Amino acid sequence: MKHRTIELVLFRLWQAVPVLFGVIVVTFILTRALPGDPAVYFAGPAADENSIAEIRKSLGLDRSLFEQFIIYLGDLARGDLGQSLSTGQPVLNDLSKRLPASLELTFSALILSVMIAVPLGILAAMKPGHWVDHTCRFLVTAGVSLPTFFTGLVLIFFFYYIAGIAPSPIGRLDFVYLPPPTITGFYVLDSLLAGDLETARAAFAQLILPAITLALFTLAPIARMTRASMIQALSSEFIRTARAAGLSSRKIIFTYALRNALLPVITTLGMVFSFTLGANVLVEKVFAWPGIGSYAVEALVVSDYAAVQGFVLSMAVIFVLLNLTVDIIYTLIDPRISLES
Amino acid sequence: MKQINIDRRNVLKGAGALTIGANMLPFLKVLPAHAARSDVAVVVIGQTINSLDIHRKGTNRPSYQIAVNCYDRLLSFGTKTLADGSLSYDYSVLKPDLAESWQVADDGMSVTFKLRENAKFWDGAPVTAEDVKWSLDRAVSLGGFPAVQMKAGSLIKPEQFIVVDEKTFKIEFIRKSKLTLPDLAVPVPMIINSKLAKANATDKDPWATEYLHRNPAGSGAFKVARWDPGEQIVYDRNDNWTSGPLPGVKRVVVREVPSLATRRALIERGDVDLSFGIPDKDTKELAQKKGIKVTATPIENAIYCVGLNLKFEPFQDKKVRQAVAYAIPYEEIFKTAAFENGVKMWGAKSAKPSDTAWPQPFPYSTDFDKAKALLAESKFKDGFEVPFSINQSLASWMEPTALLIQEGLAKIGIKSTIEKIPGANWRTAALVEKKLPLHLENFGGWLNYPDYYFFWAYIKGHLFNSSNYDNPEVKKLVDETLHMETTNPEYAPKIKRLIEIAFDDVPRIPLWQPTLSSAMSEKLTGYEFWFHRQLDARKFSKA
Repeated sequence: MKHRTIELVLFRLWQAVPVLFGVIVVTFILTRALPGDPAVYFAGPAADENSIAEIRKSLGLDRSLFEQFIIYLGDLARGDLGQSLSTGQPVLNDLSKRLPASLELTFSALILSVMIAVPLGILAAMKPGHWVDHTCRFLVTAGVSLPTFFTGLVLIFFFYYIAGIAPSPIGRLDFVYLPPPTITGFYVLDSLLAGDLETARAAFAQLILPAITLALFTLAPIARMTRASMIQALSSEFIRTARAAGLSSRKIIFTYALRNALLPVITTLGMVFSFTLGANVLVEKVFAWPGIGSYAVEALVVSDYAAVQGFVLSMAVIFVLLNLTVDIIYTLIDPRISLES
Repeated sequence: MKQINIDRRNVLKGAGALTIGANMLPFLKVLPAHAARSDVAVVVIGQTINSLDIHRKGTNRPSYQIAVNCYDRLLSFGTKTLADGSLSYDYSVLKPDLAESWQVADDGMSVTFKLRENAKFWDGAPVTAEDVKWSLDRAVSLGGFPAVQMKAGSLIKPEQFIVVDEKTFKIEFIRKSKLTLPDLAVPVPMIINSKLAKANATDKDPWATEYLHRNPAGSGAFKVARWDPGEQIVYDRNDNWTSGPLPGVKRVVVREVPSLATRRALIERGDVDLSFGIPDKDTKELAQKKGIKVTATPIENAIYCVGLNLKFEPFQDKKVRQAVAYAIPYEEIFKTAAFENGVKMWGAKSAKPSDTAWPQPFPYSTDFDKAKALLAESKFKDGFEVPFSINQSLASWMEPTALLIQEGLAKIGIKSTIEKIPGANWRTAALVEKKLPLHLENFGGWLNYPDYYFFWAYIKGHLFNSSNYDNPEVKKLVDETLHMETTNPEYAPKIKRLIEIAFDDVPRIPLWQPTLSSAMSEKLTGYEFWFHRQLDARKFSKA
């Protein structure tokens, strides 16, 4: 059985190859179709035509599109994502520094939001029309309608500017700390692994406000989905049977109803996760968080081809892995589902 | 708040003595920044530093501060105190930097520099004429922006740079020019530790661009202790600096915080010492807060102006251009877009300039009757339609300005539609292809001479002449004055004539001279304005 699962995972990964190739082709063409000329932009403030031509040549932009694409594929095969013009660093370096920053923020936000949204959704489903249900509805509506940058600024205003409880919103660590040695790339985890409680505490403190901001935003879909699928599960016949058989309500809700209601919640979680990872640009800007979203946007604005391509490619890989993980989790939760179907 | 760990501090001190790049710094859990806050200055900027080498292709403007803080040049400019008590560099005074003295030859065709005897690079190697030659050769050979800037000072080829002996260095001129010596004091011709750089050069990369991109090798006031691209740069003081008095702070941390609101909260809370480059909107409000000083310095030789492109038929008529200049609501623009920061560039009484000051107000003001009368004299008395382009990255001042101008133009029958062009495409459209009929422009020249401004902005084909303006007399006057000493009796009359033509022809309609504003805590002293508009921490001190 186990052996078959591994085989299926490998098969699924192999299936992703054409998808990734498609992503490579499309991003390559789309970035070139962007208006704007990176050579002119990067030639600097007082460049003349000669220096622009020199830069175009050194970037390889004087070659035909097809040639550029072949060179790009060759570089990719060697694991070289190219050099970002706007940051002056190899794209691989940039991504390996910024992706963990975004992941750390997104994971913290999602954990927080699941911790609130799932119980809230369950409670609301058990007592529709009750005040808990109304609270849930209010939170959900507020969370979706407040733009993240606004929530972020409001939180900074109250907790940093007025109350002075939160640390200064200047990124992943206050300037007196140095990042811990990289193991996972998550500062809190890494400093704990290095046994440095002080830095872990500082990194955690920096995380709180941006994580709350994002959590408020991601709360809505999760709570709504939990509530809806719980209501459906609770009204199904097997629950009625269980109730009739006199099972305890704890057993009914957690063992029978929740487990059946979890599938759509997991799907939503996967979607919310991938969406937040790339789309929390505004939160990153407000909290000076050196994440991948602001990196991609800045690269797009200045037509930084290598950086945009690297970003899209890494996001594609993450999406593929994420979908796979979600599918595997399905099989763990619901034995009726197998990877084959 | 945090316990001080003496061992870690000592480790860092030891590491600081070596000139090693940020990537190679040994791991330290805590920088001793909190140990003595009066030794550390924390600065926030909105942009990002993308290279530690100003000569590299693609190095952006905020990165020029590395050249300023970590490297020395042969010469530097003096410092003056402005009327508001703030410091500014002084263009009229050239002072020694790495060169302790210099002598222009009797025939005026070369200059000989004597280098400081005790000047050393961070690794202890003495600064020699060899290093100077290698560095200047590099500045003219790598192409791109450094070469263009060097060329402005008539420094174009390595043959001009001659090593006389270990401490004596000579530059041969290709022409006599007043721009050559000042051009040696701009950030570009910085002196690099050539032995260290050459040791890290390869056959494919003889100028060590890859190495110096990440590892500065200079003799300047600060070394780079740490560079986390996209996050921060940390400078540590070079205690053996010889080109000036030692900075009053041991460490400067420059954090990149993109959000304006966050930067403002940080400076208001007093958690940072300096917010560099604040928006005009904040200058007034922040100045009223307790404990915060705001400095707004007019940027020399820079003007925000309206460009009228002569490729666009109606603007070929001088009367139409003048009509536009009379239809602009200057006062409202200055209030709404500049928040009254800057120097007004309109309302001069006479159509002839009385002196050679530049920039100076043009003889136009808002007068719709005059504008209509002028337009009536042209072929376009019923008005016309024109697209009005602005740069989206500069929307904070360009958008309100454009809206007000649009309103003004509508009153004399010119219909304009505002087009926002993304920042990355702006250069191509406005300056390279020069295809925008009506647009806003913000050129400022590093070398502070009117003829230098005219050279870039009023001569056909030159980059900042986004108006495609072409006037043989202007070309002739600029050619004559560009390299001429300002003491030459012919200089002032020719410059006045240039300004008079600019007044009359108005291919560029000046609005105001912008300012560079920064907010800092009252404890911080030594903030100095420079023409390059980047952070200079060399005079910082904290009470």
